[in-house]
Amino acid sequence: MAFSPALPASETTGPAVTPLPVRDIAPWALLAASIALVLVYFVGFEEGALNLLSSNVVHEFVHDARHLAGLPCH
Amino acid sequence: MNMRDLLVRGMLAGIIASVLATAFAFTVGEPAIERAIAIEEQNAAAGMPAGHDHGVMAATATATAAEAEEASPVSRELQRTVGLVAGTLALGVAFGGVFAIVFAFARGRLGITSDRGTALTVAVLTFVAFYLVPFLKYPANPPAVGHGETIEARTAAYVGMLLASVLLMIAAVILQRWLAEVRSRWDASILAGIVFGALVVAVSLLMPGFSEVPEGFPADVLWHFRLASLGTQLTMWLGIGLAFGVLMDRAARPVAQAAQR
Ligand SMILES: [Zn+2]
Repeated sequence: MAFSPALPASETTGPAVTPLPVRDIAPWALLAASIALVLVYFVGFEEGALNLLSSNVVHEFVHDARHLAGLPCH
Repeated sequence: MNMRDLLVRGMLAGIIASVLATAFAFTVGEPAIERAIAIEEQNAAAGMPAGHDHGVMAATATATAAEAEEASPVSRELQRTVGLVAGTLALGVAFGGVFAIVFAFARGRLGITSDRGTALTVAVLTFVAFYLVPFLKYPANPPAVGHGETIEARTAAYVGMLLASVLLMIAAVILQRWLAEVRSRWDASILAGIVFGALVVAVSLLMPGFSEVPEGFPADVLWHFRLASLGTQLTMWLGIGLAFGVLMDRAARPVAQAAQR
């Protein structure tokens, strides 16, 4: 970030917050999206329409969280 | 405030929220799941086609339903306790990370000056886009509901609804920002909300429907389970937003002293 206002920052309601530039967010968005995709896949989609693992242990283990997340299971 | 800090806080908020969501899921959701599995077992024992095995090793069921899959490698006891915690935790970390990115885009761009206000707004909008809209079209189903043969079609439809919902939400927020330049913020939000709602209804009318609740399945179990699902995810997303707001506030305090740097 280029500058921060020289105001007493104890006040949380400043006049305006400087938005983070999109080019700063983008690589982190990619990282977060990748992590989320892997985690959500193994909790929510493995052993249903898709099946990457030969064992169904992961699917059976997190089974209840998947149902409660509203994802199709069987 | 850099992106790394935001992402770490988002995931931390996700962990905190998943503790709350697990507590809700265990006390409110599990009883409905147990009842649904008991019904599934009964159907299997009666020779009706069952879904996959849910860790139930009912001797009668396996004896009568010869084509049933082999016993589940994970017991029901483990599924409803450690498994529920692990699964919800993984989702919490994933959602927390996504939340942090949405927050990074929203901060200073929604016309909201406080981080807590932005965090709560983002929490509500992500809950609606990622869970509520897909849920209204394709509500969560307990075990024993849903035909195995249609799992591909139902998964594809669910993901399609999810993508449409997220894209429409992004469009609605952009519309709201655009309207806010000519109208008040409240008017802009109401108008954008109406457009979002209308488009969501239009899309869901175009999407295929599935009615696969078995005949005789108790309506109260279905209702109980769906409410539990809704409550679990509401707890999750609101929990992430509120916990994230607290973490941002705590971070802002020491920074306030060093702001002159
Ligand atoms: Zn299931």
